[in-house]
This record gives sequence, C-alpha cells and structure tokens, in this order.
Amino acid sequence: MLLNQFLLLSAVLFAIGVYGVLARRNGVLVLMSIELILNAVNLNLVAFGAFRETVGGEVFALFVIAVAAAEVGVGLAMVLLLYRNRRSIDLTQIDQLRG
Amino acid sequence: MTELFTIAASTDGGGLALGITEGGNWFLRNVWLIPLLPALSFVGILFFGKRMPRGGSELGVASLGIAFLLAVVTGAAWVDHRDDYHGEEVYRAVVVHDAHADAHADDHGGGHGHPSLAVHRTATWFQTNGVEFTVGTLVDGPAVMMLLVVTLVSLLVHVYSTDYVHGDRRYTHFFAFLSLFSASMLLLVVSENTLQLLCAWELVGVCSFVLIGHWWEEKPNSDAALKAFLTNRVGDMGLLVGVTVLFFAVGSALPDRFGSFSIAETNALASSGALSHTTLLIASCCLMAAVMSKSGQFFLHTWLPDAMAGPTPVSALIHAATMVVAGVFMIARMYGVFFEGFQIDGSSINLMAFIGGLTTIVGACLAFVQRDIKKVLAYSTISQLGYMVMALGVGAWTAAMFHLFTHAFFKACLFLGSGSVSHAVHSFDMKSDMGGLRKHMPHTYRTFMIGTVALAGLPPLAGFWSKDEILVGTGGWGLLGGTGGNGAYTLMLGMGMLTAALTAAYMTRCVYLTFFGEFRGHGQPHESGPRITVPLWILAGLAVVAGFMNLPKGFQMAPGSFQERFGHFVEPVAGYFPAISHGTPSWSLAVVSTLVVVGGIAAAGWYYFVKVEAASKTAGTSLTELPDGPTTKYPLARMGHTLLANKYYLDHLYNGVVVDGTKGPVARFAYRINQQVIDRTVDLVGETAVKAGVTVYEKVDQLVVDGAVNASGSASSATGEELRKINSGKVQSYAAILFAAATVLAGVLIVIV
Amino acid sequence: MENLLDGWGITLATFSPLVGAAVMMLIPREREDRHKMVALVTSLWVAFVGVLLLLWFDLDHTDHLQFAVDRVWIDVISSHYSVGIDGMSLPLILMTMLVVPACIVYSWNHFPEPANPKAFLILILILETGMIGTFVAQDLVLFFVFFEVVLLPMFFMIAVWGGEDRRYASLKFFLFTLFGSALMLVSFLALFFLTGADTFTFTGLADAVAHGGVSRTAQLWIFGGMFLGFGIKVPMFPFHTWLPDAHTQAPTVGSVILAAVLLKLGTYGFIRIAIPILPEAAVAWAPWIGLLAVVGIIYGALGCLAQTDMKRLIAFSSVAHMGFVMLGIATLTDFGINAAIMGMVAHGLITGMLFFLAGSVKERYHTLEISRLGGLLVQAPRMGWIFGLCAMASLGLPGLAGFWGEFPAILSAYNPANGVPVETFRTYMVVAALGTVLAAGYLLWLLQRAAFGAPTSEFADDPHITDTTKHEWISWTPLLALIVAIGIYPNLVFRVTDGAVDASLAPCLTVETGEEAEALGCGEAYGFDDHGSEIDDEHATGN
Repeated sequence: MLLNQFLLLSAVLFAIGVYGVLARRNGVLVLMSIELILNAVNLNLVAFGAFRETVGGEVFALFVIAVAAAEVGVGLAMVLLLYRNRRSIDLTQIDQLRG
Repeated sequence: MTELFTIAASTDGGGLALGITEGGNWFLRNVWLIPLLPALSFVGILFFGKRMPRGGSELGVASLGIAFLLAVVTGAAWVDHRDDYHGEEVYRAVVVHDAHADAHADDHGGGHGHPSLAVHRTATWFQTNGVEFTVGTLVDGPAVMMLLVVTLVSLLVHVYSTDYVHGDRRYTHFFAFLSLFSASMLLLVVSENTLQLLCAWELVGVCSFVLIGHWWEEKPNSDAALKAFLTNRVGDMGLLVGVTVLFFAVGSALPDRFGSFSIAETNALASSGALSHTTLLIASCCLMAAVMSKSGQFFLHTWLPDAMAGPTPVSALIHAATMVVAGVFMIARMYGVFFEGFQIDGSSINLMAFIGGLTTIVGACLAFVQRDIKKVLAYSTISQLGYMVMALGVGAWTAAMFHLFTHAFFKACLFLGSGSVSHAVHSFDMKSDMGGLRKHMPHTYRTFMIGTVALAGLPPLAGFWSKDEILVGTGGWGLLGGTGGNGAYTLMLGMGMLTAALTAAYMTRCVYLTFFGEFRGHGQPHESGPRITVPLWILAGLAVVAGFMNLPKGFQMAPGSFQERFGHFVEPVAGYFPAISHGTPSWSLAVVSTLVVVGGIAAAGWYYFVKVEAASKTAGTSLTELPDGPTTKYPLARMGHTLLANKYYLDHLYNGVVVDGTKGPVARFAYRINQQVIDRTVDLVGETAVKAGVTVYEKVDQLVVDGAVNASGSASSATGEELRKINSGKVQSYAAILFAAATVLAGVLIVIV
Repeated sequence: MENLLDGWGITLATFSPLVGAAVMMLIPREREDRHKMVALVTSLWVAFVGVLLLLWFDLDHTDHLQFAVDRVWIDVISSHYSVGIDGMSLPLILMTMLVVPACIVYSWNHFPEPANPKAFLILILILETGMIGTFVAQDLVLFFVFFEVVLLPMFFMIAVWGGEDRRYASLKFFLFTLFGSALMLVSFLALFFLTGADTFTFTGLADAVAHGGVSRTAQLWIFGGMFLGFGIKVPMFPFHTWLPDAHTQAPTVGSVILAAVLLKLGTYGFIRIAIPILPEAAVAWAPWIGLLAVVGIIYGALGCLAQTDMKRLIAFSSVAHMGFVMLGIATLTDFGINAAIMGMVAHGLITGMLFFLAGSVKERYHTLEISRLGGLLVQAPRMGWIFGLCAMASLGLPGLAGFWGEFPAILSAYNPANGVPVETFRTYMVVAALGTVLAAGYLLWLLQRAAFGAPTSEFADDPHITDTTKHEWISWTPLLALIVAIGIYPNLVFRVTDGAVDASLAPCLTVETGEEAEALGCGEAYGFDDHGSEIDDEHATGN
C-alpha cells in the first residue's frame, strides 16, 4: 500500500503551507498557503480512508473542501475590504488588535 | 429547752386564750367609722376646700365633732361591755412551752377580777404567699381612751385653729392635713395588727412633717420638718425590723401559720412563754428605737424642740397631746412583748425604764435655758414622755396610760395658751417680748396657771394623781406602802422625784417670765377671742378634774366605787396582756412628792419673784435674770449652762457628724468610687476595646488581610502587563504561536503515548 | 362572658403597635397632627385590649398560662411562637400599656429637639411591641428576640433626641446591654444543648433540668451568664453605670419608659427564666445576688446624696430601689418575689412620675441643677404637691405604692428559702432597713431644695414657669391614681401575682417539714441532708 508516499507528499505540502502563512506578507498569498495546509490535510484524510477501506475519509475531505471554499470566500472579502480601506494588503501593517 | 407540745385547736377552751371576742356592741365593732370621718374630711378639703365659704375648716370641725360624739358613744359602750363577760372568747391553736403555760394559766386575770374581752374585727387587706393579711380594729380600754383623747383634743385644736391661723396663706391646706393627721392617729390607736400600726405610724409622721413645714418658705422651718422626719425614720428602721422579727417569731410558734402581725396573738404568745426570750429581747430593743424617735426619748429627742417651728395648734395636737405619745401607746399595745423582752417583772432596772428616767431629767434640765416659751413646753413634753416610758419600764402600765391621759389635757392647754400669748405679742421669746401679761390676758393667764400647777403636780390637779401613781408603781418607796410593783425600781423613783422638783422649778420660771414683771415687748397685747379662750377653758377644766378618774385604791376621802375607775376600764385583763402587779398607794409618798414639788416652786420662786423682782426694781427695767447670777459667779454653773445651751452638743453630733458626714464625705466618696473606679473601669474597658480595635485594624486588617488582597491584585496586573506583549495584533505571530503550541502538544502526545 | 380573646388576644396586643407604626410610615412627615393621632389611637387601642385581657383573665387561676398560643415558629431550632399571660406578667404588661399612652400624651406639644414626631412616635410604638412581647414570651428564642427589639429604638431615642452627651450615653447603654445579652444568649444555648430538651419553651426546659441531665457546675455557669445578662438590665451594682448616663441624657419620655418598663425586663427575666429553670443554681447564687442588692441599696442612696442634678439623682435612686426588688428576688421565697413584682410596679409608676416631673421642671427652668432651683411650690403649686407626693411614695410611705415594694422585701429577707443562709439575709435585712432612712434623706433634701423656699432670683419673675398643664394632667392622673390605689389596697397586685409566683418556685425552696423534703428528694443544695432533716437548725425555729 502506498500510504507512506501520500503522507510524505502531504507533509511536504503542509510544510510549504506553514511557511507561506508565516513568511508571506501578502494577504492573498497567506490565504493560498492556508488552502495548501487544508489540502495537505485532505490528502491525509483520503489516504487514511483508502488505507482503512472506509468512506469516512472521503466524507471528511468533502466537508473540509466545502468549509475551505467558504473560508476563502470570507477571507478574500476581508482582503478586498482591507485593500479598499488601506490601499495595501500587507499583513505586517495590520496590528490594530494589539493589546 | 423544754419539750414542745401542741395544744389542739378548738374554740371551746383549748389553745391559747387571746382575750378577744368577735362579737360585741355595734359601736365597738364599727369603730373604723371614727378614723374614716376625718379621712373623708381630708379628701373633701383637698378637692373642694378652696371653694367652701370657710376654706374647708368647717368640714374638719364637723368631722371631728361627729368623730368625738362617736368616740363618746363608743366609750359608753365599752364601759357597758367591760364587765359583760359571757365566755365567747377567741382561742388560737398554739405551741407553747409547758412550764410557762402552766405558770401563766393561773395568772389569767391578773388579780383584777374577771377578764375583759377586746372587741376584734378584721377584713382581708391583701394576701401573699397564701397568707392573708388583715386590716381591722382591736377595741379595748387603751384604744377607747385614746379615741376619746385624740378626738377631743383634735376637735378643740380645730376650733382654736379657725382663729389662730385665720388669714393664713395656706389655711385650707392646714385643715386638710390636720384632718389627715387625726385620721392617721385614730387609725393607729385602733390598729389590730402591727403592720397597720406601722402604716399609721408613718402616716402620722408625714403629717407631722407637712405641718411642721407649714411655712416652708423659710428655710429653718423646712429644716425642722426634715429633721423630724429623718430622725423618725431612724427609729422606724427599728420598727420595721422589730415588726418583722415578731412576725416570724409568731409564725414559728403557731402551727400551720407562716407568720402573724396580730397584736393580740403576738402578745399572748409572748406572755405564754412560747417565744424565746432572745427573740423578744431583740424585738423589744428594735421597737424601743422607734419609741425613742417618735416619743422623743433621749438621745433621739432633738427633733421635737425644732418641731416647734410649726404652727402652735400643731404643736399642741401633734407634738404634745397625741402623735408623740404614739410611742408610749405602742409600748402599751405591745406590752406582752416588752414585759417579757425586758423582763420587767422582778427586776430593778431595764433599758426602757432607764431611758425613760434619763429622758425625764435630761429634758427637764434643758427646759431651764430656753428663751422660747414653746421650747420650754417642748422640753417639758420630752421630760413627761420620759416619765411615761419610765412608768411602762417599771411595770406601772396603768399609771403610764393615766399620765398620758392627763398630760394630753394640761399640755395641750399650756401649748394653746402659749399660742394665745404669741397671738397677742407676735413672738415666742419670753425674755424680749413678754412679761406682765397677766394684766392683759386674764383668761390665758388663768388657764395657763391651771395647766402649770397640773403639770408641776400639786394636788388636787390632774398631774398630781398620775405622777403619784407612777412613783408608786416604781415599787421603790417602801415607807408605809408604796411597794408591791413589779420590782424595786428605786433608781427610777429617785429620777421621778428629781424631775418633779425640776418640773415645778422650770414652770415657775416660765410663768414668771411670761406673765409677771413688766411687759417688755412692743405694742398693746390684748386677750384672744372666744374661739381661742373657750378651748383653753375646756382643757383647763379637764386638767383639774381628769385626775379624779383614777383615785388610788384605799383613798379614804372617796367612796370605793370611785377608786381606780380608769384602771378598771382601761387596763386589759386578757390573754394578750401580761399579768402585771400593782403597787400599793402610800400617803407618805404622796406627801413627800408634794413637798418636793413645793420645794422646787419655792426655790425658783425665791430666785425670780424675790431676787429678780428686787433687781428689776433697782435697775428700773423688767429683768429676766440676775445680772450677777450663779452662771457668772461659778465656773461649774457656767459650764453646766453652756452644756445645756448647746443641748448636750447632740445636734452638733447629729448635724455635724452624722448628717453632714453622710451627705458630704461618705456620699461624695461613694460617688467618687462610682465615677473614678466603676465608671472608669467601664470606660477603660470601652477605650481598651477601641484601642484593640484600632490595633487589629492597623496591624492585622490593613497589613495582612488587606495586604494579601492588594498583592494578589497587583500581581495579576503585572502578569497581564507581561502577557500583553505577546498580543502583538499581528496575525502571523499568532499563527506562529499556534503552530509552535501545536508542535509542542504533538511532541507531548508522542512522548506520553 | 365568653372569652373572645383566647388564642389571639396577646398577639393582637403585641403587634398592634407595629401595625400603627407601619401606618405612620405611609403618612408624610409634615402631617404631624395625623401622626400624633395615629400613635395615640394605637396605644389607646392596645390599652383597651389590655383592659379586655384583664377582664377575661381568670383571677382564680393566676398560675395558669392564659390566652396561651403555642405554634411552631422556626422548626429547625425547635423554636415555638409560644406566648401566654399569667399572674407574674399581667401587672407588668398592664403597666406598659398604661405608660406608653401617658408618654405620647405628655410629648403632645413639646417633642424634644430635633422634633420629628413621626420618627419619635414610631420608635415608641416599636418599643411597645418589644416590651409587651418580652413579657408574654414563653420561649427563650422569642424572649430573646423581643428583648433585643427593645434595645434599638431606645438607642436611637437617646442618640437622636438626647442631651449634650447623648452619643457617649447611648453607646454605653447599647454596648453594656448587648454585652449582657450576648452572655445571656450563650447561656440559653448552653441550656438548650445540655438538656437536649428539643424545645426552647420555659416549661420544657424547666422540666428537662429538673429531671437531671445538666451537671451542677454547668447550672451554676449558665445561671451566671443569665445573671450578667439580666443583672446589667436591672441594673445591679456594679453594672449600673450605664443607667445614670442614659437617664440623664435621654429625653423625658425615654427616661420614663426606661425607668418604668425597661429596667423591669431584667428583674422579670430573673423571676420568669433564671429561677424557675435553675432553682438549685439560684440557691447557690442567692447570697451573692442579695449582697449586690443591698450594696446597691446603700450605694445608690449615697450616690443620690452626692448628686447636683435632679434627673441624675432620680436615676441613682433607681439603683437603690431596684436593690430592694433584687433583695426580694434573692430570698427565693413566694413572699419576696411577690414583693419584688410589687416593687417593680411601684417603681415603674413612681419613678416614671418623677422623671415626668423632672422633664417638666427642665422645660420650665431650662436647668435641672438643684442649687439653681427652689420655690417650685410657690411658682407651680400643684406640680410642687405632685412632686411631694411622688417623693413620699418613692421613699416608701405607707398608703402609697412604694411601701409595698419595700417593706415586704425587708420582711421576706428575714426568712429566705431553704438552703439560703439565714444569718446572711438577716444582716441584709438590717442594711436594707438602713437604706430606707437614706432614701428619706435624699428625697426630702431634693424636695426641700427644689420645691420649698422662695424661688431663686434667676427665675422669680420668669413668665414661662406655669403650673401643671392640661396634657400633663391627662398623662399623670392615671399614674397618680394608681400610686394611691395600690398603696391603700395592695391586693390589687398581690392577688394577681401570688398564685403564679407560688407555682413558679421549685417545691424544695419552700417546703417546710423534713418529711416533705425527703419525699420530694430535696438534696443538699436546699439545705437538707439525705434523710430530709435540715442541716441548718436555725432555720426551722425562726429565731
């Protein structure tokens, strides 16, 4: 069974996603990196589902895809608004919630 | 101790014979009406007196008039009742010592023929402890005699007062309290028990207080009133204790009884020997203290002369004829107790006789140095009261009562006479404002002379007979009779003789200073009106004839049926009265005592009527003493005079030491303790509590408890300050933390699982 | 006539004043007349209920609790709402009901500063509830609650309407009493837990103690706690020092209520709770109570002699008079306790009157300094005579009420209950008799200095000094009439109290013969040995 390869791919994708989230300053890129992380998870779920021969993995993956779509919708709307207000989508400049 | 045994209770002869009956004549059973009348008059005058045309005095006079009539009828009924013995006597179940009971069983009657039964009537007053306390009347010889004396003198004083205090600022008030006094005194004499007696005793005292202080605007008057009341209170302390002791003593002797105030029972038990001698002695001594204050016996007599600050009718009624004899009457009433307590029988001296004897001399001596005519009479009253107490002390009961009877008349006559004099000269000072009044006031002069001769004790006036009986009663004479009393009280005989001489002498001085010589006052004195002179003549008349009521037994000039009438009707022959012996009269004693009196009159008469009169002529003015009299010549006489003038320094002792001491240092000390010690302690406790509170607040509360609270607060704020740095607001740093934490958690998970 | 009040009459009488007070709270403060009317009508209504209670009171069975109610009140601590009236409480309840309307009438036109009739009258009505409640309570918890209810209104009355030094006096009064109450409460609780009685009612506890279960030592301690609690209220020497200050500073009406009723709560506690429940301890404590009582008599009298202020003098006289009451109680005899109740009633009426008079004098002369007074009889003759009458009554003149509190107390001290040392009490008797002399001294000196003589030049022409006013007459007449009536016919009180007092005392205290004592099992505590013969021979013969 080719589980290890899928998990390895998934780990690489996850790591790339984490790097994107932490390192990129562009809001859109951060959202895209989040998508990468989620898809790494999806890959995991589907791989484990196939490995265990249940459909649970696919079902969860479908849920995650739906949620991710919604998330990206909201996230993009926020970035759009951010850009309208501040003419920038640089995340390092946005720290109004600082305590 | 003899063995105790019980005689069964029965009404047909067993038990202790009390000598009282529940039956009797209507007037004897309803004697309570007599005190009630003046009591009603008091209430009437108090509430309506001011609106009456004569200011309420008519009510007082009317009530006393009716009371006097009732007393006369009661007296007649008693004369009827006295010898009317049908054996319906009251008995009480009682525990007695057999030896004494046997000894006294035969004495019943005391050699006076068959017994006289006192009429006894009670009603429930109150009850406590299941014991019923009664109020009631005990009517017998002495009670009836006192009823007559009190109502008569009171009536005369009322009539006299309508003139004497006419136009006074508190005329109505004066009569109200005169009525209340009469009511209280009448209640006292008919009292059935000692508690009732005690109440009446205090009530007459308070009337005396109010009437002495009648003109209370002047401080000396209210001082005198206070002194009278307080001195009497000292004695009343004895009365309270004595009555209490007797109450329980009787209770312990009577089975099924908690205690008893009944005079008849107390006396009967005391006479029967059922009460221990010690108890009776203690009770007698306590009661004696009350007598000493009320009846002005040495050394509690000092209030009586001061009491002359009151209006003269008050002095006559209260401080001569009636209230001050309450003590004497109380001894007579409780004679069973005193007789046993002081062991009067078969002795030659006892406390009562000695105090009485001493008082007669002490009082008589003081009468010599007074300028104030009323004070002369006051000291004379003290002296005569001492005579009565002495008589009771030696066992001459009848003689004492007889002297009380005659003394009431002649002393009231003298006092009212002095009032009449002062009415004319507006003063009581014999030396500066009187003299030669016989020419101006013939009625007053004559009645005063009659009173003086009666007081001095010259035959055939009243004082002679009663004084002679007392001297006989001492049983100390022994020359051709004069023996056979209750003991050989020779010392008392001597004291009585000496006082007879002194009395005659000081009254001679008083009469000389008032009525002889030349008038030394101002203005023109004139005789008083009929409302003053008529009572004077009535009393003077009685002072002449009262003595014939008790001619001695064996007095050959009168038929036998006239002898000892007073004694027969007044002296109880009953279970509640001790079996006393009577002395045999003696011609020789009568002659000698008369000679003594004449001697006293002669000595004083020689000094005043001869020497002073002669010196006055030489000097050209009316003198009162010789300029070179004995007091200026002899140091011893001067010292004696100084001692007397200062009243033996008793007032200095009482006022200066006892009263001022109590009011001053002692009270201040007690109050100081209160403020400085007890109250200080309380304050100190309070202050300490406050201080402790402050300490606890500052040290514990603020520092420890509150400190902990504050510390925790600042600690959390500091932590927050640190933590807020993490909260950078940058999404990516949050994410970094999130991932770091997730990594750590994942690591932990791996390590644990 | 049928007893219509049975079962609820007491509750009605106790809580009617509270209803009145509640009504007054709804009326605005400015409507003074309406406040006065409500207060007066309420107090008169209570007095009327009191008269009805008296009418339906069965005088032949004064020892029975009448109009009794017994309901569970607080279940968890087994406390009952248990009330009832017997011969011991009836006179005191009626006196309370009489004094309160008298006070309201008296203060009608001259409320003390700062005048606030609404608050003042509400306080009086609350006080009335507390006082009546204390006298009717038959349950320790209930008693304690009422006992404390009284405290606060009096505190405010002194603290707000008092004289110059009112803060000190009111606080002293409050703390002193509270201190006693605390000890008392401890005693009550100890009694409850040690007996395991499962009830707080007086009779229940008395039975429980009588059947054993509480050690003698514990009884002595418990009695000691009650002694302090009640003794402070009486007040007994040496716990009396709050009294002169409180009286001197309190407004007239406050002084009257304090003297007439509040002091009696203490003595009432003794005869209702301490002695019936703990007779053996009472016997042991009796000589000490008696000692403090006679010390109080002499000491109070001496304190009076040292006073320069009329009101303070009267306050000190309370210490002396309550000494007589306590002496009667300390004898533990029917006789003595009857005398004590009579003494309480008499003292309430007489000293209440004296405080009224002091208030009226103060109103006219604006001072109570005795040396500045004088000639009251000249300027206000009727008031002077009333003053004289009350002074006479206070010094124990027969024919007036005071005598019947004083003399029977002295009488009873001659023969105290079984187990109480006879010689000691006879000594006390003589000392107490000396107290009557001192009483005459300070009262007559006061009378002489205040009433006799000519008015001092300071006040000689003062137009404010008038004779007794209408309100004073209305308020005083009932008190004066009772002083005279009880004085002439003391059975008015004795008849009511006698049966109840007799029933309240343990039989061993009064038993007369040795056989009866043996039958009852009276032990050493009552002066009997195991065979019922008396250890103290002196006692039997009464010599």
